[in-house]
Amino acid sequence: MKVIDRKFKMTAPGIGVLFTLMAGVVLQGCGGGEGSQKSDAVDSEASSAVYVPPGQHDEYYSFLSGGFNGQVSVYGLPSGRLLKVIPVFSQFAENGYGYNEETKPMLMTSHGFVPWDDLHHPKLSRTDGLADGKFLYVNGNNTPRVAKVDLTTFETVEIMEIPNSAGNHCSPYPTNNNEYILAGTRFSVPLDLEKGGMGDASLEEYKDKFRGSISFIKTNEEDGHMELDFQVLVPGFDYDLANGGKGPSEDWVFFTTYNTERARTLKELGASQNDRDYLAAINWKLAAKYAAEGKAHEMPANYYHNTMDHGSHIAKSNVIKKVRYLLPEECPGMMYLIPAPKSPHGIDVDPTGEYMVVNGKLASSLPVFSFSKMQKAIENKDFDGEVNGIPVFKYESVLYGEVKEPGLGPLHTEFDNKGNGYSTMFVSSEVVKWNVKDLQVLDRIPVYYSPGHLMIPGGDTKEPNGKYLVAMNKITKDRYLPTGPELVHSAQLIDISGEKMRLLLDFPTLAEPHYAQAIAADKVAPNSVKFFKLGENTHPDAVKKESDVSVTRNGRTVKIKMTSIRSHFTPDNIEGVQVGDTVIFHVTNLEQDWDVPHGFAVMGANNSEALIMPGATQSLRWVPKQAGVYPFYCTDFCSALHQEMQGYVRVSPRGSNVPIKFSTGEKRPVPPAQASVN
Amino acid sequence: MRIYLRILMVVAALSLGTLFFFPMWKIYLEAPQYPEGLELHIWINKLGGSSDHVLQNFNILNHYIGMEAIHPESFAELKYIPYIVIFFMVTGVIVGLLGRRNLVLYWVILLAVAGAVGIADFYWWLYKFGTNLDPTAPIKVPGMTYIPPLLGHKALLNFNALSLPAWGSIGIFLAIVIGGLVYLLSRRKINST
Repeated sequence: MKVIDRKFKMTAPGIGVLFTLMAGVVLQGCGGGEGSQKSDAVDSEASSAVYVPPGQHDEYYSFLSGGFNGQVSVYGLPSGRLLKVIPVFSQFAENGYGYNEETKPMLMTSHGFVPWDDLHHPKLSRTDGLADGKFLYVNGNNTPRVAKVDLTTFETVEIMEIPNSAGNHCSPYPTNNNEYILAGTRFSVPLDLEKGGMGDASLEEYKDKFRGSISFIKTNEEDGHMELDFQVLVPGFDYDLANGGKGPSEDWVFFTTYNTERARTLKELGASQNDRDYLAAINWKLAAKYAAEGKAHEMPANYYHNTMDHGSHIAKSNVIKKVRYLLPEECPGMMYLIPAPKSPHGIDVDPTGEYMVVNGKLASSLPVFSFSKMQKAIENKDFDGEVNGIPVFKYESVLYGEVKEPGLGPLHTEFDNKGNGYSTMFVSSEVVKWNVKDLQVLDRIPVYYSPGHLMIPGGDTKEPNGKYLVAMNKITKDRYLPTGPELVHSAQLIDISGEKMRLLLDFPTLAEPHYAQAIAADKVAPNSVKFFKLGENTHPDAVKKESDVSVTRNGRTVKIKMTSIRSHFTPDNIEGVQVGDTVIFHVTNLEQDWDVPHGFAVMGANNSEALIMPGATQSLRWVPKQAGVYPFYCTDFCSALHQEMQGYVRVSPRGSNVPIKFSTGEKRPVPPAQASVN
Repeated sequence: MRIYLRILMVVAALSLGTLFFFPMWKIYLEAPQYPEGLELHIWINKLGGSSDHVLQNFNILNHYIGMEAIHPESFAELKYIPYIVIFFMVTGVIVGLLGRRNLVLYWVILLAVAGAVGIADFYWWLYKFGTNLDPTAPIKVPGMTYIPPLLGHKALLNFNALSLPAWGSIGIFLAIVIGGLVYLLSRRKINST
């Protein structure tokens, strides 16, 4: 605690500290147990500003990362209504993702099956620097991966593992036409350039042997899949966050770094010794050129690339065995370092592309760097030494100016369309509005509590929409009815259309949203798929007519190709399965109507249900362990006779002579004498 | 017959061609669960609808009340009606070229009769599907039949059915009206000369 005290005393302006202390006293003094009783009065028109009448749609889709749930939550704005949860890196029993046979390969990595990750940053695919509503890219932080979500189906369609990376945090940052997705490593690790991948080294050798990597992933959106083109092997710092330039700085991507001290232990101390860490600037176009022109080396690698086939909905894994890399010291002009206040967090580039804002979480001011000054400094070779052959600029020669006393603990900044920046202050728990040109603070609004990222629709592009801001907070405490020790996180929707910011709405979010993206609904909604066309289903085990269903035994595996349609399965009576058989149910939903999924669950299954969209096929593996007659049923209330949508599998003892037999319905009896009975 | 009347007669004959481009009749179904509605389109040669799968969805809903599944193959009419329409178009053009007033009248009367028979046939099918219900159906409402309306709307359990002629029928209507006009106008011309 003393350490933290010292840090703030050192870095925060006295007045600021005094202010927070006083605020603390005032809050304590209120003593009220309910959030609503605090002085954060919401004006009476706020409710109408976020009210989306029943049956009407929101203006924006917003995609909030789920952090440690490995998912993406889709919320409508301004209502704050949860519309969907998209599983990406985590198994999702609700729809069988990662449990059924089709999607298991999506979660394969060089470490085996990894059914969880920490998903931090969603980024929408771009055309001409603006979100185009086609795809959402997200990172897996823990076991480094980048995934692609298709926004016509809201399904994860591709996951690529990142080799030579540990803690894929500053990821995934798309360039303005999706030429590349950039992914930087948070942890530097010892790399074995001969054998490939992580090498063995003593932690005491950190300074000599540990390196970071920044991956350049080609998106190939028009005609193919992601492809790891090359990596840049960078000094062994921690790489925190990134953002791409735009306009004049379009060819550049900026990365914040910390632990330039290269400490290996007690980093809260060790990584906070230098007064300045670096903002790394990389010219991605030049890097791509160097890689294309033969500057790249090649090293062995071992990483997974998993893709979902569009027609069959079957994922498959490819293991890739090599990777190309560039060394900055061999590529002049590709990479520079800008000194930045100690341990900076977010780096954000304003809509004009001229100003780079570095959010130094421990700093007392918010430095804004100038891209044109940086260009000039490159021209004049205005350097102050170098690190690993990478030139370091003089702070003053690239600095545009500093926002003085912006608040405590700045983490992230986004922009509106009127020349203002909005920065989150983690420690003083507020959003601060400031003018990018004159660097004056214009307004501040408290948020509840301790915001991390904030998001303005388009606020990271050249054309932000200056209507709404969403602050995503790390601490919830009393904002909602208490739910035991574990609470949801809170987000606040703020109106930024006027001079003063205005709190509109407070809504709970799933797990821990880090970053978010939002896009006008009409860019996504018209392309949303209602159901899959059965005729286009290329799953090898799909059956498209009830008369084609089958149950076949091959050794100890029994393959059941079956169908579901309102309100029955075909077949719904199955015999001839034996204890210990591996039974695979391939269920095809024959429906061709909007919003008629059918579920499938069988007693004792060690995985999850299957939830099959109309026209699609899912396969569930089941190994019965005891003899008996096992029920299966539809789990998604599909129709008035949903409860009747059920069937039986007879499991006989091992070695029994009950033959394979299957059916649905009985031969029609002669109709009874009376047509209707009262 | 004057030349413009002959041309009108040919127009009357050709207006039947709309039947090849538009449905004859449309049945609209609305239910709480179908805010977007379900439309069954009856053409002279096929059954269609608001989506490719409307027939499957009609049949899924109808099987609960024991209605027989509707398949285009079960309607022989869909095979021969196109030839009847072509017959009327060809003969109509010939009548126009010949310019014989009596032939115009016969053509119009024959077409009107054919139209009426068509509507009667349509009603017969509606009646057959609406009353010929499987006694083992899961949903049985005593005394309830499910004859969709021929024209106008009717409530059928949770569905509100609306049945209306579509552009194709308007082609027949135009053919009859224009043909009739040709007949009447040609008489006045004779009187006035």
